[in-house]
Amino acid sequence: MLVPDNLFFTKDHEWAKIEGDTATIGITDFAQGSLGNITFIDLPKIGQGLKQSGLCATVESVKAASDVYSPLSGEVVKVNEELADHPELVNKSPYESGWFAVIKINNLKEKDALMDAKKYKEYAENLSK
Amino acid sequence: MQLIFEKSRSGRLGFRLPESDVYVFESLPQKYCRKEEARLPEVSELDVVRHFSGLSRLNFSVDTNFYPLGSCTMKYNPKFMEKAASLEGFSLLHPLIPQLSGGGILAQGSLEVLYHMDKLLSEITGMAAFTMQPLAGAHGELTGVMLISAYHKANGSLKKHIIIPDSSHGTNPASAAIAGYDVIVIPTDKEGYLDVQAYKKALSKDTAAVMLTCPDTLGLFNPKIKEIADLAHSAGALMYYDGANLNAIMGKCRPGDIGFDVVHLNLHKTFGTPHGGGGPGAGPVGVSSKLVDFLPISRVMRRDDNTYFLDYQNKKTIGYVAPFYGNFLVILKAYAYILALGKEGLIEVSENAVLSANYCLSRLKDYFEVAFDKICMHECVLSASRQVKYGVHALDISKYLIDKGFHPPTIYFPLIIKEAMMIEPTETESKETLDKFIEVMIEAAKLSKKNPQALNLAPEIMPIKRLDETKAAREPDLRWKP
Repeated sequence: MLVPDNLFFTKDHEWAKIEGDTATIGITDFAQGSLGNITFIDLPKIGQGLKQSGLCATVESVKAASDVYSPLSGEVVKVNEELADHPELVNKSPYESGWFAVIKINNLKEKDALMDAKKYKEYAENLSK
Repeated sequence: MQLIFEKSRSGRLGFRLPESDVYVFESLPQKYCRKEEARLPEVSELDVVRHFSGLSRLNFSVDTNFYPLGSCTMKYNPKFMEKAASLEGFSLLHPLIPQLSGGGILAQGSLEVLYHMDKLLSEITGMAAFTMQPLAGAHGELTGVMLISAYHKANGSLKKHIIIPDSSHGTNPASAAIAGYDVIVIPTDKEGYLDVQAYKKALSKDTAAVMLTCPDTLGLFNPKIKEIADLAHSAGALMYYDGANLNAIMGKCRPGDIGFDVVHLNLHKTFGTPHGGGGPGAGPVGVSSKLVDFLPISRVMRRDDNTYFLDYQNKKTIGYVAPFYGNFLVILKAYAYILALGKEGLIEVSENAVLSANYCLSRLKDYFEVAFDKICMHECVLSASRQVKYGVHALDISKYLIDKGFHPPTIYFPLIIKEAMMIEPTETESKETLDKFIEVMIEAAKLSKKNPQALNLAPEIMPIKRLDETKAAREPDLRWKP
């Protein structure tokens, strides 16, 4: 299970890569692995306001449809248009080409509610036991 | 396998129309004319008969095979019900008749069926009254949530959300959302029940209702259900009972006695009517006395002289939720089912459904992980997680079962159980059938160690082998194109 060091994580298996006042968000390797082959992703719209832990996207796989929650509050400034035609990118590369959206962060303090890589790895490994 | 379009040959006909001997209106206005040809298949009558006979032989149904699809209650549909529904007095009656002046007298039999069905379902579930209108279970759910909303509005309290457990049927949050409520999801505790602490925290004056299935989708009856209902009521919320799992409890306990205010029933589950290709279903909704005034119109009532009529007087009604009286002939079949089995028969239905599920569970639990190792109700949830290390998943075991002549159990549901396989054998299967199924499941468990590939490649002997489900979902190809 891949868990890059420079990201922050939620207990619902989303990640955030924080760069200045923006964050790129997506779902973790653990999440894509449990979902199975992803077939459709409903992304947020540019300009849309997201709340921390609020609904931000829906992912459909051959097994189920699951909600994705935003790791931080903010406004959507960019979405990964590639995913519309190539949802499999999330399976292949959850942290790179399978990113979901970039948001402009409202409140950087919210970061405190997220896990760092070490904590998340422990958390996810416990779940797979 | 050829599609009927591929069997088409230009100019081949299945019929011959006689020469027209009346005036033909030649110039249909252009706007009514189609722009391109209809491109219907050109085949003979025999082509059509062979094509569809062939397809029907490929059909997998309760009439041909064991069908332990969890949560769906795929019991055998007794044929006498079809006979009842084909009686001409019922099947040829025009639905407008009882609404015409003086027409009621010509529809007394059908009205009586609806009236009695209301009483019978009320008796079975402990509710005050039922509407027969909803055309399916999910439609019943939406009707039920609309009734809850109407009740709160009439009492001047606009509520915001509905509480639903994470093990719920997907239709529950969908119905709540469509009716305009937010959904709060409550996790399941280590014992497999609704986490009461999290539930208490979520419950507030903004809670419109708590939607539960009991027994739940894990096949467990929640021993704290009464406490959960009392807590909801003291917060001013109503209790909604998803009747999809009623087959486990008939004659043993009644949702109304526990404190549920709204119940929907899937007649095509518990009461043996067919699950016919997505319809027609029937999802009657029952309510406690405080919600009766909001029921859809019309309602069938009885006069003092024992005649029946359609009543439109419910002033607070939410209105019609479907044309006329619901899927009347489906209701009629379920009515016949209830009368044929009687009270004792329905109790035995539930007892045998629970016995069958526990038999499967106890014989299979050495071979598969069990979601919760305790006595289950009418269905049991196993997991293929022990087989994953050999590269075998619930999906592979399901495909293997198809080759062996069994419909797979429900897989990957409930969502909270990894590699879930949800088995609902129902009461209508013999011990011999259950034994055969169990042996094939055990065989699959053993094969997953010895020869996982045999499972990964299944099905081998079906007309279509393993489908690429991902490609099918990513690039749906649903229509024949020339």
